[in-house]
Amino acid sequence: MNTMSPSISAEADMRSKGAAVPVPDGRRKDTLMEDKPEDTVIEEGKTVGKPFTADPKFKLRNVDVSYGADRAIKNISLDIGRNEVIAFIGPSGCGKSTFLRCLNRMNDSIDICRVKGSLELDEQNIYDSKRDVVELRARVGMVFQKPNPFPKSIYDNVAYGPRIHGLANRKSELDDIVENSLRKAGLWNEAKDRLDAMATGMSGGQQQRLCIARAIAVSPEVILMDEPCSALDPIATARVEELIAEMSESYTIVIVTHSMQQAARVSNRTAYFHMGHLVEVNETDTVFTSPQHPLTESYITGRFG
Amino acid sequence: MQTANLLPLVLVLAVVAYGLAYMRSRAVAAPLGGIRNLKALPFYYAARAALWCAIPALIVLAVWAGFEDKVIQGIVIASLPPDTWPESAGQASLILSQISNVAAGSLNPEFLPEHITGAASLLEAMQDKSGNFKAILVVLIAVLGATFAWTRVAPHINARKNVETTLRRIFFVCAALAVLTTAGIVFSVFLETLRFFDRVPITEFLFGTSWSPQTALRIDQIGSEGAFGVIPLFTGTLLISAIALLVAVPVGLLSAIYLSEYASKRMRSTVKPVLEMLAGIPTVVYGFFAALTVAPFIRDLAAIVGLEASSQSALAAGLVMGIMIVPFVSSLSDDVISAVPQTMRDGSLALGATQSETMKKVIFPAALPGIIGGILLAASRAIGETMIVVMAAGLAANLTANPLDSVTTVTVQIATLLVGDQEFDSAKTLSAFALGMLLFIVTLLLNVLALKIVRKYREQYD
Ligand SMILES: Nc1ncnc2c1ncn2[C@@H]1O[C@H](COP(=O)(O)OP(=O)(O)OP(=O)(O)O)[C@@H](O)[C@H]1O
Ligand SMILES: [Mg+2]
Repeated sequence: MNTMSPSISAEADMRSKGAAVPVPDGRRKDTLMEDKPEDTVIEEGKTVGKPFTADPKFKLRNVDVSYGADRAIKNISLDIGRNEVIAFIGPSGCGKSTFLRCLNRMNDSIDICRVKGSLELDEQNIYDSKRDVVELRARVGMVFQKPNPFPKSIYDNVAYGPRIHGLANRKSELDDIVENSLRKAGLWNEAKDRLDAMATGMSGGQQQRLCIARAIAVSPEVILMDEPCSALDPIATARVEELIAEMSESYTIVIVTHSMQQAARVSNRTAYFHMGHLVEVNETDTVFTSPQHPLTESYITGRFG
Repeated sequence: MQTANLLPLVLVLAVVAYGLAYMRSRAVAAPLGGIRNLKALPFYYAARAALWCAIPALIVLAVWAGFEDKVIQGIVIASLPPDTWPESAGQASLILSQISNVAAGSLNPEFLPEHITGAASLLEAMQDKSGNFKAILVVLIAVLGATFAWTRVAPHINARKNVETTLRRIFFVCAALAVLTTAGIVFSVFLETLRFFDRVPITEFLFGTSWSPQTALRIDQIGSEGAFGVIPLFTGTLLISAIALLVAVPVGLLSAIYLSEYASKRMRSTVKPVLEMLAGIPTVVYGFFAALTVAPFIRDLAAIVGLEASSQSALAAGLVMGIMIVPFVSSLSDDVISAVPQTMRDGSLALGATQSETMKKVIFPAALPGIIGGILLAASRAIGETMIVVMAAGLAANLTANPLDSVTTVTVQIATLLVGDQEFDSAKTLSAFALGMLLFIVTLLLNVLALKIVRKYREQYD
């Protein structure tokens, strides 16, 4: 799962095959028009594959999200299993981030965002008006696309969550939490001698791992990752992917990614989104080897997206 | 020709030079296959021609205009018959003003000695000549400069660099002008301050506890030696500023936090301008509000609880001043708080922090330097404010820490010292400079201190 060099060239191959049709520009467009995958009609709320699991962590039914008058998520139903890694893929603007942010109600801070449908975490409604968002977010952590460490020391960054939630009674307990989190995030060796240094002085890859350490310091049950590697180089990416593999034993992980190779390497299941629809969900191997929906196939073979 | 007419003429010439050079650069470029073959865009050749046209001409104009009067006056005075030469500078300026008044036609020459009328016609002739020479010279230089630049519109010459360098120098001169003006003001205040310390020892000024600058007008007058102890003024200033900041910082900061973090967009876009309007109200309006409404109210309130308050009190002035400076704190803080990237908020919220925890632990530290800047601005407004204090806190230089007493401040004293007819050499007048200098030093130290604090505690995001 962790080796990556072969798959990178695989992607390059796929894409170049798609593009290297030996016809002049004008005609190539026309030929593409004939069986344009975008023209495929998507039936709302209809998802190919296996969207449901037994005993899910998240049970999401008929989820509809709109920004003002724009519907960004159209009637999606999906289960996310316990301790599974699920990857969300799909072309830009198809609603992956929007859907992800529903899972810990990060959409609350966007005024115009409306979420409808039933979203349950361990059979409790996430959007219940009596629901304590603080407790929800402590259970469902999040790592963002761009590393966003606080402008504080490395130590304070990791200790931020535990302090807020009162997870440590003594300084030594807090120290342990910080060390454990940094170890799990594979950052301890690099950071142990400079815990008091500003986090913003670290490299991008280190910062992202710090953000992961910060998220796991509050011992969440679920970690949502929105393109966590898009700002990282291949080595840092490999490091984060290793980390995801290790974490998958004890956490439920949802990862949004634009790299099909990454989805293939780290996830158990893959969900393909298209223009606000959830088109196909299946075991990752199945999705990549024998996709059932024509849109999924076009996307993973690099026809568009 | 008058300098006032020459200036627009030079500018017109510069515009013409611009146009000509622009056309020429295009013409030069055309046979080469378009402007891409020039080293710089036509704009730069044109701008360089305009600069070459305007700058040397303007410099000559400035120098000429600066020395013109002095030189002509020298010649006119020298032309007077030797027995009427002025003996002192005062007399010279008297004669000169007579002469120029005759020349300008506002004095009737009939009743004046002949040498004055003669000098007047000489003055007129000289001024005419000088004006003509000046006009010819300036226009010539402008044309020469433009011509030079015009001949240098060539594809291999890089005009862009010249223009950039010149513009950089112009900007530098502007910046230097601002700095030099400040330095000049400080320096002249400093010199007057030294003169003051000739009369009143610096120790008495700095450590004296009584302030009554009235000195005797006549030698035989009794009892008015004058006392120049600055301490009551400074405690007054500090007292009022402290009260003002105690009002403005919490109110301003909390409203900034409300506006940037909690208020809806519409709320923010209406409330913020209204708040900023507070800063636009003239201070004299605040002043009478403080004197006529707040001060009596405080006196009555104090009477009810059995305290004695004077009808003009530091509290009244401080409270109203506090309201006045709220927008300095709130508007600047709101800006810096809103400038903290959304990713910081998301990061904190995603860890399960509440909005107020996020504010307190992430946003506020990141915005701190800007907030301190706003508070400092407010503080310097408070320290420098005069009108409200004159009207609401009185003029009595009491050494007290009781906010219900009337006090006075440094700026109020400076104003009262210089209002009305004053002899310029008395210790009383000069003490205003010393006060000004002291005020300057204190605010400077405050600024330095705040900068240090900010450097130490800032949490920089990127
Ligand atoms: N804050 C917002 N306000 C209004 N519309 C939004 C907002 N955020 C997202 N949208 C809209 O919702 C749709 C889905 O956006 P989303 O960010 O979820 O896409 P995405 O799949 O994450 O894309 P990407 O892969 O580029 O990150 C887009 O059409 C976008 O314009
Ligand atoms: Mg996204």
